[in-house]
Amino acid sequence: MLDDVVFWVLAAVAVAAGIAVFRVDSMARATYALAVSFVAVGLALLLFDLPYLGVVVVLMMVMEMAIMAIYMIMFMGMNPALMPMSMVHGKRAALAVSSLTFGLLAAGALFVPWPSRRAAPAGDLVTSLGQAVMGSKMLVMMTVSAVLFATIVAALVLALPRGRYDRLGEDLQGDDLPGDDQEHRR
Amino acid sequence: MSVVEVAVGWVPLAAVLLLAVAAAAAALDGALAARAAGRPWTAGLPVPWLETARLLRQRRRSTVAADRPLAATGRIGLLIAALLMVVVVPLGPWTLADLSVGIVWFNAMDVLVWAFVWLAGWGPNSVHALVGGYRFLAQALSYELPLMFALTAPAVAAGSLRLGDVVAEQQGLWFVVWMPVAFAVFCAGVAAFSVWGPFAAAAGPELAGGVLAESSGMDRWLVLAGRWALLAAGSAFAATAFLGGGHGPLLPAWLWTLVKTAAVLALLVLLRRRLPTVRPERLVTPAWLVVLPLVLLQLLVVSVVVVGRG
Repeated sequence: MLDDVVFWVLAAVAVAAGIAVFRVDSMARATYALAVSFVAVGLALLLFDLPYLGVVVVLMMVMEMAIMAIYMIMFMGMNPALMPMSMVHGKRAALAVSSLTFGLLAAGALFVPWPSRRAAPAGDLVTSLGQAVMGSKMLVMMTVSAVLFATIVAALVLALPRGRYDRLGEDLQGDDLPGDDQEHRR
Repeated sequence: MSVVEVAVGWVPLAAVLLLAVAAAAAALDGALAARAAGRPWTAGLPVPWLETARLLRQRRRSTVAADRPLAATGRIGLLIAALLMVVVVPLGPWTLADLSVGIVWFNAMDVLVWAFVWLAGWGPNSVHALVGGYRFLAQALSYELPLMFALTAPAVAAGSLRLGDVVAEQQGLWFVVWMPVAFAVFCAGVAAFSVWGPFAAAAGPELAGGVLAESSGMDRWLVLAGRWALLAAGSAFAATAFLGGGHGPLLPAWLWTLVKTAAVLALLVLLRRRLPTVRPERLVTPAWLVVLPLVLLQLLVVSVVVVGRG
């Protein structure tokens, strides 16, 4: 009974905060509405007796949204990120794609004949998760983390071709006078 | 010594205890400040109470186009994060919640501080506060990974993320003895996520108070009290994870936890006056090139010992 109440409250919070992401007019509010949505999902995982995954989702998502605030200033310049702005663009296509995806996933969840549980869950879920990740799935995890990290670095390099290290040198001690941009020092 | 969960009714008492320990640390800081200023140290003891009384009577300052909900969230959040931290920290034989993932829970709560400090900086729509918020995020990128690996060391040694198991494993030998680097890094991390001492650049006076710049009255009290509470909660966790928690001769276990928490807290407060504030951009290089490898080495040593012991 209590679990049901908690689940529905968390579900409502997650969906409402998710909608808020697209309705608010400030980057900060959108970012932290998304964080609230993820925190609600993470707490819902606790109801599945998955404490490690639930708490780690909260940890990672809050950290991610804090980092998002850094990127928001880095790549949007001071003005757009700090001023009221619309959180949606390309509305028609986005709406079509997201409705289709939602329909597909929801249909899958409702119509796929889910298998019934055959074995009991492991006693220590944290340990078995660790063994799965560090044992049979080790190669996948190692590859994925390297690829993800390379993607992040590559995206940063592409998005910021002339950062301050380009303009000011490795030690950030070079000249950076207005109008001096053309012949920057290395 | 095994740790037992107590009833929910004890939660308010735990909150009062955390605030009392935080107030004691602030009083010690006030006494040291008074002595450094040439006045008798007793004149500084009531500082937290006088400051509280002053702030309670102060008018709330408001700024143009402030984001009030986000500012309020950030300001009240620090205290809430500290209270949520101590939920998993046992006081001697008693704990509020002996979560199977207590260490990760503590870590998640200290990551919440990232969001709250930035929100407190963003909310007032003021440049000094905003720069303070970003300074904290820059600093967080330096301290968080060493802090996480320092937290991993006791978990590896105990073979569990449950704080009750971590305490039980320290029967006879405290973890600080064979993981001193992790302990030191953890203490520095506590000061860093409390925006305090050498890591207080986000609220520095040269930035007109940074994240504190536009807050007054109750708003300011919440942030200041939240910082002290975070420091107290972090010290309590250090006492539990590295200094054996309730283990100790003669005194009852709960008193040992308090004594050790007070010792860590007093050490941090005393050291603060000897250390300058570090600029976040200067922190990055030593944190990633020196501290992080050192903590990883510490973790390797701990892992080898655990494997060797079988």
